[in-house]
Amino acid sequence: MLRVCLKGANSAARKCLCGNGVPLHPLQQCRSYTSGGSGSSAGKIVAASVLTVGGGVGGTILYANWDPKFRANVEKSIPYSDQVFGLALGPAAPPPVINKPRKVEPVQISSMSEMWKDSKQPKAKEVEKKAEQPDAEGPPAPAPQETLEEASAQVAQILSAIGEVPSVPAPGTHEAEAVPPPAALKGVPAAAAKCTECEHEPAVKERPEGEVAARLAEQDKAEQDLLTSLSSNLEDALGSTAKVTLQAIGAQEAALQAIAQHTRQLREAMEAEAPPDKKSTQWRVLEDALSERSRSVDEAGAAVLKAKAELDKLRGVIDGAKHLKIAAARPSILAAEENLHSMVVDLDSVVTRVQTAQSEAKIVSQYSELVNEAKAQFQKELNSITPEIQANWKGLTGKLTQDDLNSLIAHAHRRIDQMNRELAEQRVREQIHIDSALEQQKLEDKKALEVAVSTALEHNREQMRLEQEKKVEETREVMEAEMRTQLRRQAAAHTDHLRDVLKVQEQELRSEAEEANPEQLKETEYRRLTQDQLDSFTLDMNAAYARLKGMEEAIDSHVIAEEEARKAHQLWLSVEALNYTLKTAALNDPTEPLEGAVQAIKESCAEDEFAQALATALPSESLSRGVYSEASLRARFYAIRQLARRVALIDETRNSLYQYFLSYLQAMLLFEKAQEAPPAKLSAEDLDTFKLLSYAAYSLEHGDLELAAKLVNQLKGESRRVAQDWLKEARLTLETKQVVSLLSAYANAVGLGTTMAP
Amino acid sequence: MSEKELGKKLDRCLADSAVKLGAGLGLGIVFSVVFFKRHTWPVAFGLGMGLGMAYTNCQNDLRYNLYVPEQDSLSLFR
Repeated sequence: MLRVCLKGANSAARKCLCGNGVPLHPLQQCRSYTSGGSGSSAGKIVAASVLTVGGGVGGTILYANWDPKFRANVEKSIPYSDQVFGLALGPAAPPPVINKPRKVEPVQISSMSEMWKDSKQPKAKEVEKKAEQPDAEGPPAPAPQETLEEASAQVAQILSAIGEVPSVPAPGTHEAEAVPPPAALKGVPAAAAKCTECEHEPAVKERPEGEVAARLAEQDKAEQDLLTSLSSNLEDALGSTAKVTLQAIGAQEAALQAIAQHTRQLREAMEAEAPPDKKSTQWRVLEDALSERSRSVDEAGAAVLKAKAELDKLRGVIDGAKHLKIAAARPSILAAEENLHSMVVDLDSVVTRVQTAQSEAKIVSQYSELVNEAKAQFQKELNSITPEIQANWKGLTGKLTQDDLNSLIAHAHRRIDQMNRELAEQRVREQIHIDSALEQQKLEDKKALEVAVSTALEHNREQMRLEQEKKVEETREVMEAEMRTQLRRQAAAHTDHLRDVLKVQEQELRSEAEEANPEQLKETEYRRLTQDQLDSFTLDMNAAYARLKGMEEAIDSHVIAEEEARKAHQLWLSVEALNYTLKTAALNDPTEPLEGAVQAIKESCAEDEFAQALATALPSESLSRGVYSEASLRARFYAIRQLARRVALIDETRNSLYQYFLSYLQAMLLFEKAQEAPPAKLSAEDLDTFKLLSYAAYSLEHGDLELAAKLVNQLKGESRRVAQDWLKEARLTLETKQVVSLLSAYANAVGLGTTMAP
Repeated sequence: MSEKELGKKLDRCLADSAVKLGAGLGLGIVFSVVFFKRHTWPVAFGLGMGLGMAYTNCQNDLRYNLYVPEQDSLSLFR
């Protein structure tokens, strides 16, 4: 029918082309018609083809511009197309970057830091509230509250520091942590306070009831603690006092130095006759020295006061220590007292030195004052006589007139007369002045002597007291040692006495016991004999009983063994039945369903867990439908092989009809060995379909269904899908065979175990 | 049986292509005679369309198992 239609169509076409009812000739005419326009039609053809190609290329480029996936595909499939696209469109856009998670993160971080700030504020409020509370609470509370404040402030600081860092676990946990530490801190001081109170009360109640040794130990411990605290106190006080005293002594020495310097400089300034400008520098230096001296004297005075205060404090501490009356502390107290005494002595000597220096300085200053006064007086008189002449009259010999000189000389003479008269007067008054001065000096000497004597007495008294105390200490120690030895002797005597008393008592008791009646001995003898008889009889009975038991057990075990043997036999029979059903496979049909045989096995070995497990391990299809035999699988394999060869090229990516055609072509043209021994290890090249199939064929021919199944399992793509069912059947068969062989091996083993050799 | 599947598909393909080609031819002849003054090209066009449709159908049929999840083959693995 097709040919008829085609003929009809041709004739219709011919009629259209070359007019109506023209015979064969016009065909040639038509042909000549068509051949005449060959030149222009060739050009037309060329132009049309160029247009087509250009249109195709342009369309491809436009579409690639619009769809990047299409562009990627074309670039992949057509070589050098990526360069053309690069020229025409520019480089391809990179795949879109996933930006969203990054944007989300900073938002989260800022929100977390804000949460931190919020959480800090309530904590600050908490701290403030706690600061207000101490006013309401009693005295013992403020101390723990302060520490609590500090602690909570510290906690808030730490937490705020943590909050600055972005990567941090959930803030909820931190808040929970922040709340327990303040709570814990609060709990701890209160608990501590309570605990110390509790400790004191039971301690006071317990002591009278406790043992003497414990009490003594406690006392010793308390003494020890006090001693250590005392010695540390003493040492501290001594140290500070020594430091301050040394400072004071140093300050005094410095003052001494300054005073001596000042005095020296004053004397120099008095006696030296220097020109006026140097004089002024000298006076300035002197003023500096004076200020220096006054400053150092003040410092020294302050240091001495401080040292005296420290010494008093030390004395107070030592007195307090003496009040406690602990024997062991005496040597340290004595040493402290000696130190104190020496420091006092040093301080006093230095102070006296400074005072003598100061008195000397006073004399020199008075002397200088007098000299200055005289000089000033002289200057005034000179000025009154010769007002226009300056002080520096040495260099004025040319400027003075004769009158001036005369008046000067007259004035000088008058002055000398005056001086002589004053001198005479002075000589007369000298004696009176000396007497009065001597008297004054005597008075002062007496006072100084009294003071010195009193201080020396004080020192001596202190010294003697210290020595006495030392001696007292020594004798006390000696007494203590003697008393200890005496006590030891007494304790030893006591133990000896106790031992003797115990010995005597033992002797008495033993004699009493040995005086017991002789009749009782006879009775015990008789009882012993009967007991022996009973014992031997019991032994015999036990032996007989044991033998009876042994016999019974032997019989039972025989019964059990027989039972076991019977069961094993049954199991073996049922497994053999299963084996037999496996052999009933016809060439292309599966076996009988194995269900009945498996049921028999399960019944025959109801208690045997291993056999039960194996029986249930059989695949359900073999139970319901049966399995194929190896022979049928082998036969089926060849059909599968043909088909697998034909679709070897087909997989998920290549599956068009054209690929199918190519695959068929390949199967027709490719020749491989019908059977090839598979290597021990499969390499990558061995995974080719054809090779795999020849390996599988070889293994099948040599009866190794398992290896064949493994090899067929390596197929890929459509070949694999084609072989899927065969593979499934092969697996079923293999599984069933494996389980059955295990069962029969087990049945044989059990049978061997229970069979008795004749 | 999975090995018989391919054969069945190919059979369906052939039958389908025969039907489509015939239908294309028939429609082409009808159109050519009725509307296009007995030109040849509608027939060719109809045949081509029929062939194309048959080709695509065959290809899709062969590919069908790849798009639908394989329930029979994978049940062994699960």
